[in-house]
Amino acid sequence: MEIREEDGTRMGMVDFGGVLKDVCLAYLPDLEVGEYTIVHVGFALQRLDEESARQSLALYRQLGALEEEFGDHWGLAAQQAGERRPPGTEETMT
Amino acid sequence: MKYLAEFSDPVLAKKLVDQIHATVTKPWAMMEVCGGQTHTIVRHGIDQLLPDGVEMIHGPGCPVCVTPLEIIDKALEIASQPGVVFCSFGDMLRVPGSGRDLFRIKSEGGDVRVVYSPLDALRIAKENPDREVVFFGIGFETTAPPNAMTVYQARKQDIANFSLLVSHVRVPPAISAIMESPNCRVQAFLAAGHVCSVMGVSEYPPLAAKYQVPIVVTGFEPLDILAGILRTVTQLERGEHVVENAYRRAVTDEGNTAAQAMLSDVFETTDRAWRGIGMIPRSGWRLSERYRAYDAEYRFQVRDIDTEESKVCRSGEVLQGHIKPHECEAFGTLCTPRNPLGATMVSSEGACAAYYLYRRLQTPEVVSSVG
Repeated sequence: MEIREEDGTRMGMVDFGGVLKDVCLAYLPDLEVGEYTIVHVGFALQRLDEESARQSLALYRQLGALEEEFGDHWGLAAQQAGERRPPGTEETMT
Repeated sequence: MKYLAEFSDPVLAKKLVDQIHATVTKPWAMMEVCGGQTHTIVRHGIDQLLPDGVEMIHGPGCPVCVTPLEIIDKALEIASQPGVVFCSFGDMLRVPGSGRDLFRIKSEGGDVRVVYSPLDALRIAKENPDREVVFFGIGFETTAPPNAMTVYQARKQDIANFSLLVSHVRVPPAISAIMESPNCRVQAFLAAGHVCSVMGVSEYPPLAAKYQVPIVVTGFEPLDILAGILRTVTQLERGEHVVENAYRRAVTDEGNTAAQAMLSDVFETTDRAWRGIGMIPRSGWRLSERYRAYDAEYRFQVRDIDTEESKVCRSGEVLQGHIKPHECEAFGTLCTPRNPLGATMVSSEGACAAYYLYRRLQTPEVVSSVG
């Protein structure tokens, strides 16, 4: 990512997993190269906070402590709905 | 991309689903406000993994779907005029007006262009000073700041041949309207995370208190949705009704204050009709007095216009959560993404499009038994 001024407006090149887009950064005047941001219709609207993301994931992992007690409700729910499990979940359930 | 794969992790998803099952003791109905969340729910079958009786009601949070027919017809009228370059996001081109759409105008010789950003439309205006360039400014609190900035830039750079056809809508008044609807079944809300990225969360506590509904700010990946549902059912089971933020990596309490300042400079609140729902007081934004010169409705004199809705389409009932898409007689037969009758089938965020993409091969009985 690079940051520059254009017509008095802060603009930057943002990498969307390999696709580069020119994005207006006027609403995030302190966003720096290397940070993650939410982009909507060519505008960066909010930075993504890595620490919060890590905390959320850590919280979900802790839920596993209760797993044995409650059994496989995922499979039960899918069975009751007459559905296969969503793709990609089968191998993790066995 | 970083944190996309992590927030789709099936092992963690199972833990959240298990926790939801362990928490729920009775039926609950909650609404996900945003169409992006609807797509995640339907695509991953999240509603089918929930305990019996826990129902997701799809909300009106699809900007294309709720843009009123009157505005579409005004867009068609303006785009037909000679000398006009009409710029829009791609979703809007196939939304049916009273009898035609923007693609038809384009095929008949109108200069209708799809842009990625409103700034692209402003650039087209700069490059074509002899043409009138109009941008179709629709959407919620996420799209309004970019459009506000574009009008601000047009004024600052003195680009006189640019104008905005504006029909912006705001989420909090829609929540009020849904809760005050006589048929309302909604007991809790998953609030739209990206709207809150911009606006923060301060508008929600008064709504949670007034209507006694939990409101959980929620993101868009499968784990975000499941975590939002878990927090919501936890509150419902405990009889609580507060605002929680389950999308902290993108939503701060205060939101984006620079964007909010631009919104209040360029726009003012106004009553706004929502397609399929009707007028919701103070639910929209229009250009404020000092930017009125950039308002396409005034520039092109299209303020009074007659409209005619499809007699068959029930997208209004879908938008209000009264019926599921497949319960409309036209779903998948008269109405498909290729030949849409209503905006909910056109838009990439529409509930009908989500069901058509991911559920149309299932029998309606199966869908309704879990919906």
